[in-house]
Amino acid sequence: MKVLPNRATSLRDTLGNASDCSGRFLWGATASVSLRDLLRGTSLGGRLRELSGRSVLIATRDPLSAALALIELDGVAGRLIVGTPDLSSEHLSAVIAKGGVDAIVSDWGLHQRQDCDAPLHVRCGPTITRAPRVQVDPQATEWVLLTSGTTGAPKMLVHNFASLTAPIKSGQNQETDVVWGTFYDIRRYGGLQILLRAILGRGSFVLSSADESAGNYLGRLGAHAVTHISGTPSHWRRALMSPAVRAIAPRYVRLSGEIADQAILNALRSCYPQASIGHAYASTEAGVGFEVNDGLEGFPPSTIGARGEVEMKIEDSSLRIRSARAADRHVGEEGPAFVDDEGFVDTGDVVELRGDRYYFLGRRSGMINVGGLKIYPEEVEAVINRHPAVRMSLVRSRRSPITGSLVVADVVLKGEPDGADVKGEILVLCNENLAAHKVPATLRFVPALDVAAAGKLARHHA
Amino acid sequence: MSITEIVICEIQQIAAEKKGDLPPLTDDLVLLESGLDSLGIAILVARLEETLGLDPFTESDDISYPVTLGDFIRFYESAAKSRDVASGYAR
Repeated sequence: MKVLPNRATSLRDTLGNASDCSGRFLWGATASVSLRDLLRGTSLGGRLRELSGRSVLIATRDPLSAALALIELDGVAGRLIVGTPDLSSEHLSAVIAKGGVDAIVSDWGLHQRQDCDAPLHVRCGPTITRAPRVQVDPQATEWVLLTSGTTGAPKMLVHNFASLTAPIKSGQNQETDVVWGTFYDIRRYGGLQILLRAILGRGSFVLSSADESAGNYLGRLGAHAVTHISGTPSHWRRALMSPAVRAIAPRYVRLSGEIADQAILNALRSCYPQASIGHAYASTEAGVGFEVNDGLEGFPPSTIGARGEVEMKIEDSSLRIRSARAADRHVGEEGPAFVDDEGFVDTGDVVELRGDRYYFLGRRSGMINVGGLKIYPEEVEAVINRHPAVRMSLVRSRRSPITGSLVVADVVLKGEPDGADVKGEILVLCNENLAAHKVPATLRFVPALDVAAAGKLARHHA
Repeated sequence: MSITEIVICEIQQIAAEKKGDLPPLTDDLVLLESGLDSLGIAILVARLEETLGLDPFTESDDISYPVTLGDFIRFYESAAKSRDVASGYAR
């Protein structure tokens, strides 16, 4: 095994080895913490020893509190389950059961809830109390990341320190004045990558908050002179529509999580002419696949089949990736269900070679992604079909320059429209029963819909 | 109806569907403060494509994202003008 002398085995060790953490901060929306203070104290009320070796669910409201707990508990807990901010109470108990959770770290009154049964509850928060370093047996902590599912409980993917940090090149972005930011929540893969880059590097990090406007976050980023910032194309389109987009002058702008089209790359280039602009392909399952830094959408064919840290191939039009950056397995399963015999993860992202460039077409499964939020057409159709005048409906995606995609509906009525505002009534029904991003943006009446041989609605995925 | 009237009408319609409140729709109103979030703006752009047959956001790779309502309307007006020129309708 290759030994990397400068690569510590836990997050906190990485900080401990840093020659000097003074001047390095994690800035949250309402509080901030100096990394030097964190090294000399605890955000967990000195209860680190009790958490040693346990399967710990981090379920905080405040992302900064979660970041601090993660830094303290990597190498201490047996398993860290990183609760996402949208983890619903309906799925919480499933995550606790499946993850074998025997301790919950939270910054609010979660312990009072009956569905959050765990032997140990520890309160955390963005306040550091001075405490000597507790000596515990070092653990190779499993990191469990949740990916949002629209139906059923979220998928729980097992990573570890090595797989999570494998995409981070030591020696890159090591300047002491580097200030990271990301529109992602740090509890999702894309945001966690940025937190890890900040910790493993020598800079600071400005955390975004779910209930914060783009303008406010940009203002904070500007106040802390952000140099490196990431987000999805949808995040960036929103940012570009805020006057505060001029509050920052980053050196590095990164896009990931959705298809980066040429319009958004060009708009960022023109807004931040001094910045290096790259788009990355990554998923929680496959890890970071590759980064494209030539300012063009898609990726060059040389990326495919190149032997290296990350190997890629295309089968049945979808991108497959094999690397040490991939998740190990789902919680509760022996081997990874998401890889083929050769260890490649099927990303389900369909690509097409046009000229000398590969372009992403979309998700194979037909799932629709509106600004990073997932929609399955069937659930919307089910609501539309509830209207008494509706025979059947087909919900599909249409491209949106703002949110990547939108959902639109084709509706077949039972008879001729009788003058009543059926369209308006269907939209009211949808608005009452569906999250805003699932309500069709436009709705049109069609005489018929294609039904395939098996008796299912024909779905044409672009 | 002029492009301005159509845009205003669609914004009011979307706000009514989302049961949102609208501030006075002035030229210098920042779009993101109009009561429409980015989803609302995406819907607005989709519906304007249906009514006007125009989507200036995707018709060009080089766009500057409009910040105010006035920018937004002018963005559509200029796209309509260049379409008319292209199809020979302009004098």
